Amino acid sequence: MIPLSWYLYLAAGLFALGLFGAVARKNAVAILMSVELMLNAVNINIVAFWRYLAPAEIGGQIFAIMVFAVAAAEVAVGLALFISIYNSRKTIAADEINLMKW
Amino acid sequence: MFSSITADMLLAILPEIALLLLMVVVFVADLVLHGKKSPLPAWITIGGLGLTLLATIAFAQPGAQPQLLWGGMLRHDWLAFIFKVIFLFSALLVTLLSVGWQKLWYKGEYYILLLASTMGMTLMGASADLVMLFLAIETTSIPLYILAGFVTNDPKSNEAGFKYLLFGAVTTGIMLYGFSLLYGFAGTTNLYGIASGVAASGVPVPVMVGALLLVLVGFGFKVSMAPLHFWAPDVYEGSPTPITAFLSTASKAAGLAVLMRVMLAAFPSIQPEWQNVIAVGSALTMTIGNLIALSQHNIKRLLAYSSVAHAGYSLLAVAAASELGVLSVVYYLLVYTVTQIAAFAVVIVVSNVTGSDEIADFAGLHRRNPMLALALLLSFLSLAGIPPLGGFIAKVLAFSAAVQAGLIWLAVVGVLNSIVGLYYYLIVLKVAYLDEPKGEAVIAPSRPQAATLVVSIVLVLILGVVIAPWYNWAASGAGGLF
Repeated sequence: MIPLSWYLYLAAGLFALGLFGAVARKNAVAILMSVELMLNAVNINIVAFWRYLAPAEIGGQIFAIMVFAVAAAEVAVGLALFISIYNSRKTIAADEINLMKW
Repeated sequence: MFSSITADMLLAILPEIALLLLMVVVFVADLVLHGKKSPLPAWITIGGLGLTLLATIAFAQPGAQPQLLWGGMLRHDWLAFIFKVIFLFSALLVTLLSVGWQKLWYKGEYYILLLASTMGMTLMGASADLVMLFLAIETTSIPLYILAGFVTNDPKSNEAGFKYLLFGAVTTGIMLYGFSLLYGFAGTTNLYGIASGVAASGVPVPVMVGALLLVLVGFGFKVSMAPLHFWAPDVYEGSPTPITAFLSTASKAAGLAVLMRVMLAAFPSIQPEWQNVIAVGSALTMTIGNLIALSQHNIKRLLAYSSVAHAGYSLLAVAAASELGVLSVVYYLLVYTVTQIAAFAVVIVVSNVTGSDEIADFAGLHRRNPMLALALLLSFLSLAGIPPLGGFIAKVLAFSAAVQAGLIWLAVVGVLNSIVGLYYYLIVLKVAYLDEPKGEAVIAPSRPQAATLVVSIVLVLILGVVIAPWYNWAASGAGGLF
């Protein structure tokens, strides 16, 4: 059987990739996609831990389902905000949305 | 565990049930009104929130022993109860402030989102399980993202919603990664089972500190702890002002409630480490907030940085990790909520007439409306921590908690910061009292605004003079965690 640690390394790699994307990307949609990668890493972690440590309890499964259900809601709100800002500013590049600073 | 639903369980979520019903009523009213401009949704929300608040105080009080209810998802204790009252009360005052606010106050969805967010906060205060906690935090945040960007034709409001959402999404992702590790270490999602689970599996301290830091990113974002405070000024400046008031009071209080519960329940094995992390965070937060506030000329931005500084003062008491610490955080948040809402009420009244949020436009407020200037004076002096106002008692309690826990250097940093804070509060008061008025137009609050001002200013005074009942109340809240 594949050891638990392999899943954790995969999740850690995916999380680091997502975090890098969220910090380095300028396009708001790309940032949201990177956040999705981070959440997928979280889900791999949760499901692996559930399968290896506590398969008799459903807590881990519920947690994983909640994570992607809420992520979908967050993305829906995010895209609505992006459309609203694109209508007025004709850009969704995060570094050009800078009316307010300091 | 779910075999029977008892009256206890239903009473514990009475505020949430009431808020949900209220949302449905506002929704139906909005449908029936069919786009007509009507004050009905606002008044339904105000009346409903008032009733919910009274019903919560009358029927939803917890017993002497804390109870884990709903399969361990929620904990019904005094801390949760007190925070529920704070959230409902500030939602009520914010709704009163929203009446008459430009073009948004007759929109039903505005109130529905506000109520949804309040419901998330009441759940945050009580949640005792990682899954519930995550759901509650998102139920609070997602409506707030929309509310921050609610005025779609105002570029600043758009930008506020945009930034709040992006920072919120990234920090939530990091926090969730921490949650998933905690679940793995402990084998359970229940906050009150994590400590024993971690002890049983023998996770090394550095690994636990790693999980702690990941979790703190999410909570630090909610309470605007440095270095995660940078979203606060932009979002506070751009959001509709009533929402700014809500973000800087209820949302911050919810973050602190969660922070205290999770730290004390789930991380006892590394208590010295988390105390240090929060102590350093608190010192940074106070100093950064106060120093940058000095150079602001927009009143909403000034109050944003001041609210970052106040997050630092309350974190100072969290770092004490004692019963007195929790007590003083509760007292601090009681005072801070009413004071901050009073300050924002004055800002809303003035900017309704002058049409700007510049501090310079407060010039001669004393001559244009002396009572309003007095409200500004009292709320700002309370924020600065001058006796006999509530802010003074709150600061004394917070600093004494830090000293009692041996964090004397932190208390010294706090006192020095209070002096810096006094300076920029007095600058605004100087403009309002001594400068020549710039316009002739009468600055007068509407009735709901006047009601908010009177209620909050009276509470600021009462919290500073009649201490014992509030102190005992906060003490019973602190008892819920120890």
